[in-house]
Amino acid sequence: MLARKFMATTAALIIGGAAWAQDQSIIVQSTTSTANSGLYDYLLPIFQEETGIQVNVVAVGTGQAIRNAENCDGDVLLVHAKPSEEKFVSAGFGTERTDLMYNDFVIVGPAADPAGVGGMNDVQGALAKIAETGVLFASRGDDSGTHKKEMALWADSGVDPTAASGAWYREIGSGMGATLNAGIGMGAYVMTDRATWISFGNKQDYAITVQGDEDMFNQYGVIPVNPAKCPSVNVDAAQTFADWLVSDEGQDAIAAYTVADQQLFFPNAPD
Amino acid sequence: MQSIADALGLAAKLVLSGDPDLFEIVLLSLQVSLTATVIACLVGFPVGALVAISRFRGRNAVLIVMNALMGLPPVVVGLLVYLHLSRSGPLGFLGLLYTPTAMIIAQIILIAPIIAALSQQVIEDLHSEYSEQFRSLCLTRVQTVQALLWDARYSLLTVGLAGFGRAVAEVGAVIIVGGNIDHLTRVMTTAIALETSKGDLALALALGIVLLVIALGVNAAVHSVRMTAARQAYV
Repeated sequence: MLARKFMATTAALIIGGAAWAQDQSIIVQSTTSTANSGLYDYLLPIFQEETGIQVNVVAVGTGQAIRNAENCDGDVLLVHAKPSEEKFVSAGFGTERTDLMYNDFVIVGPAADPAGVGGMNDVQGALAKIAETGVLFASRGDDSGTHKKEMALWADSGVDPTAASGAWYREIGSGMGATLNAGIGMGAYVMTDRATWISFGNKQDYAITVQGDEDMFNQYGVIPVNPAKCPSVNVDAAQTFADWLVSDEGQDAIAAYTVADQQLFFPNAPD
Repeated sequence: MQSIADALGLAAKLVLSGDPDLFEIVLLSLQVSLTATVIACLVGFPVGALVAISRFRGRNAVLIVMNALMGLPPVVVGLLVYLHLSRSGPLGFLGLLYTPTAMIIAQIILIAPIIAALSQQVIEDLHSEYSEQFRSLCLTRVQTVQALLWDARYSLLTVGLAGFGRAVAEVGAVIIVGGNIDHLTRVMTTAIALETSKGDLALALALGIVLLVIALGVNAAVHSVRMTAARQAYV
């Protein structure tokens, strides 16, 4: 009796599990900053109400998002590493890349500012100074968009931080939030996108120390996955979503999203 | 310490306010992990019992492998299941990636070895007590397994709970194959990981406390079933 009830419950659970899948839905392989900052929580209900399309977001680092999309495990790619995105499209995995919005990267550090880089707006100079003083610097170290950008800036500054990996240069190998938690825990400087920083809840005594260099520009792009490579793609819904994001309405919605009265993302899709 | 006090208050507030999002996440956690546990038990109990009563060449190797698989890292299980269920993988046509079903599959793989290995130990101890009696009754292997499983049912409940505990607490596998998608595949552990990465440590800890309370509830429920059944058996 008890055994039969148990079996019935199990069967019900399995059938229930299969019925959860939704018809008009797409998967967006996304960078974490857009998800962690709450942007999707704001945008997606507006989009869904208009189109009836359910958007499921898988938020991982840009590198992993691109690899997942190359495995056809997504319908739309929304990331921030332009060279990698262009490679993704030219390899035939995406149909077309469109500029979507931007914000900027900043370097945050402890209030005491042990490297003395506070207020600098020359990011390469600031990085070189951190390296010189040997104050801890926590890197994503995970091939994400932020990590790629950071490595490019190090290269410009003429320092090879990986030579000091494990010493003052700490490669966390995690997402932005986990890297901030770890960096703040060890008193290290961390490079982060501004959106994640503004909405981050565990700032402690940390503040933005370096900002304003035009080299710290952070461009986001949107790419529908190519059905020629991935027949499983929900083409129409994916295109509808990408089109909506770059439409006047989508762009206005992105601009309207604020945290603590600060705009996090600045729409810049071409007309 | 301040944040722990905050977290306790927040946990109470979350539960008492009947937050529908929290309810949804809790329900999915239970659905996924209980389903995985039941299926893993259906596989693991008979396998464990069969190994316990059988003597064959390579038995020791089987035991070692079974015991070693108890330590399967969830991330590795998640990756293996991802590679199979990915659209570009051999089972991609099923379209199961990023569904609760994928999470159930990963958890079954994770805990079936635990359940098999632990039940093997339980049954082997019991079998050494009864083996002569079984031989005198000329029971077949299947009958022996059935009799032993039934006799060990209360100990096996604990084995099942060990499997459930591992399933409901792991994050590495479900976050890869489920994707932590809001309202679709977000469970307690992936929600905790997300809130931690947002730096909302109090909320993360509060969710952790809720998860602990749920685990406590499941264990209490199983315990009371066991007590009731035991009482009836000795009337």
